[in-house]
Amino acid sequence: MGEPLELLSAPLVIEYPFNRTTGPVIGAFLTGLRDQRVVGIEGDDRRVVCPPVEYDPHTGSPLTDLVAVGTEGVVQTWAWVETVREGQPLQQPHALALILLDGADTAMLHVVDCGSPDALSTGDRVRIRWAEERSGSICDIECFERVGGEQ
Amino acid sequence: MRDVAIVSVAQSVHRRSARELNEVEMIQPVIRQALDQVGVQKGEIDFTCSGSSDYLAGQAFSFVMTLDAVGPTPPISESHVEMDGAWALYEAWVKIQTGHADTALIYGYGKSSPGDLPRVLSRQLDPYYYQPLWPDSIALAGLQARLMLEQGLITEQEMAEIAYRSREAAKTNPHAQLQGSQSVEELLAQPRSYDPLARHDCAPITDGGVAIVIAAGEKAAKWCSRPAWIRGIDHRIDSHNLGARDLTKAPSIGIAAAKAGVHDGPIDIAELHAPFTHQEKIIRTELGLSDEVVVNPSGGPLAANPMMGAGLIRLGEVAQRIHSGEANRGVAHATSGLLLQQNLVAVLEGE
Amino acid sequence: MTDIQMPDQLWTQPAINDAALGVSADVEQIQRIRIPAAVRYDYVPGLATTRFLRGLANKEILGERCQTTGEVYVPPRGVSPIDGLPTVEQVKLPHTGSVSTFCVVHIAFGTNAPPTPFCTALVLLDGAAVSVYGPIQEIDYDKVRIGMRVEAVWVEDDQLDTSFENIKWWRPIDEPDVDPELLKGHM
Repeated sequence: MGEPLELLSAPLVIEYPFNRTTGPVIGAFLTGLRDQRVVGIEGDDRRVVCPPVEYDPHTGSPLTDLVAVGTEGVVQTWAWVETVREGQPLQQPHALALILLDGADTAMLHVVDCGSPDALSTGDRVRIRWAEERSGSICDIECFERVGGEQ
Repeated sequence: MRDVAIVSVAQSVHRRSARELNEVEMIQPVIRQALDQVGVQKGEIDFTCSGSSDYLAGQAFSFVMTLDAVGPTPPISESHVEMDGAWALYEAWVKIQTGHADTALIYGYGKSSPGDLPRVLSRQLDPYYYQPLWPDSIALAGLQARLMLEQGLITEQEMAEIAYRSREAAKTNPHAQLQGSQSVEELLAQPRSYDPLARHDCAPITDGGVAIVIAAGEKAAKWCSRPAWIRGIDHRIDSHNLGARDLTKAPSIGIAAAKAGVHDGPIDIAELHAPFTHQEKIIRTELGLSDEVVVNPSGGPLAANPMMGAGLIRLGEVAQRIHSGEANRGVAHATSGLLLQQNLVAVLEGE
Repeated sequence: MTDIQMPDQLWTQPAINDAALGVSADVEQIQRIRIPAAVRYDYVPGLATTRFLRGLANKEILGERCQTTGEVYVPPRGVSPIDGLPTVEQVKLPHTGSVSTFCVVHIAFGTNAPPTPFCTALVLLDGAAVSVYGPIQEIDYDKVRIGMRVEAVWVEDDQLDTSFENIKWWRPIDEPDVDPELLKGHM
């Protein structure tokens, strides 16, 4: 055991082939995305939670009333993603952002395609760019883009 | 309530990659040191509890393998949490409070080097709305930092000062991974590579671990000349729904602090588990610490951040300063999950 | 949205009002989604397992000895589960052992499985404290028994790798069975 040991290593990929049940609330939201519509759900305090959740984030009571929200909204906060990682919605540098859609009271997490960090500010209006092929997934929203399109 | 104290603390010399070691080889010397420091013989530990995550190194059931390091044959009373080791300590504390144990060994460790940690951490998020986007942990922290910056709750200057203070403090910490810092002015001149965050705002990626022995009453006094008594401990959780939370606050910390009795006496030191500079400000504010309190004399997570161990290390750092007489009453904070979602607060006292 | 049939009591959420969705009832609603996730690692087995795998490339089975009890663990993890201390002495083990338990497989998983039915076993190598896992071949599956003596069958020398798959399978040798009582506690 005295001689130096040449370490072994090997690539390891752990893949989780998750096939998840959505339940009726998330299922409705994803059905809407497939159709290019966005719905939230009305919370106990009449505030609209979007994306919708099954139970009120504050009181825990079951929520039942889906409401339509806009496909445009406002950037609440954002961070620049210079190092793009496998699986992220955009394969070029982009912004991760919390976006408050029109008519919603809680923000959605998604990405904004805006070219550079200088092109985006908190409060900017953005709209959904839909994926060409939609299957009922948060990735049916390819990304958001600034309203007006200037970058 | 039974009097329970931290009587022994050991941690690894943290580094970016303990590449040559598997997880049991990495944590075994640390566990051994924690036990040897108080002369514990086999069979004297009533309960063993660990914190780790298989996702970090891609090693399924790694916690079962690391159990070899405590000599679990014949079978021992043991448990595990997929959280920071601070929550393992909480479980052990409850076990002692309920009279099922008088002594416990707790350890937490993380070997993050085999994977891409910022990407791996996205797997703890909501699987329907967040996980398919693969949001990395640095960008998520950036969302929180920008809200604070734009609301005037912190400045880039303050963030750089926290980074500087932490890594300068780490110069006297032999376990720290990053020791010493560029000046605040130099840090402020660095590019904001993860706009609004700069590299210095982020904790390093670390391989390492920590082990702690706790004991009740007379046993604690026998094993340690100046035990660090756990006077209060509590943990709380904020919403996992990032869009439904005010990310500039973490009410769970404030409630845990009140339940743990942070304000029942003066605080000498605080060790805060803030993996990003701006998060220290949130924790400090929620804890209601005065400006006199020395924060992260060890350098904190900005100097070494082994996943699943960095929170338990905070308890250990406070305890060791009580053991040495350097401090008499301190607060330790640990977090688990992203953006300060889950928080634990403990008050430790010498007298 | 009430067409999801759940057993009584299992579903506690009230029916939701999805009028806002604006889709007709005959549109197929999303009920399940596939969310595959691949996480990539550069896996390193550690010092003890590296020693073991390097040994296999030389057709050697290297266990490591517990400082306290003298028992030999294979494959070694670097630490003895008895005393919690590092195993520091390497021990070259023979390529023979005894079947400590076995299982007849009728439904095979994986791409390299032999034709069913076949037998997999735990083999206690002579001198080791714990058994290693592998298939038993060169004997009818229903003739395998606890206590049966076996030896390792290796791949050809030019195929040797740092892999436990260097041992293709285990086959019986012409020696009397060992008393199963002696194998207890060594699985």
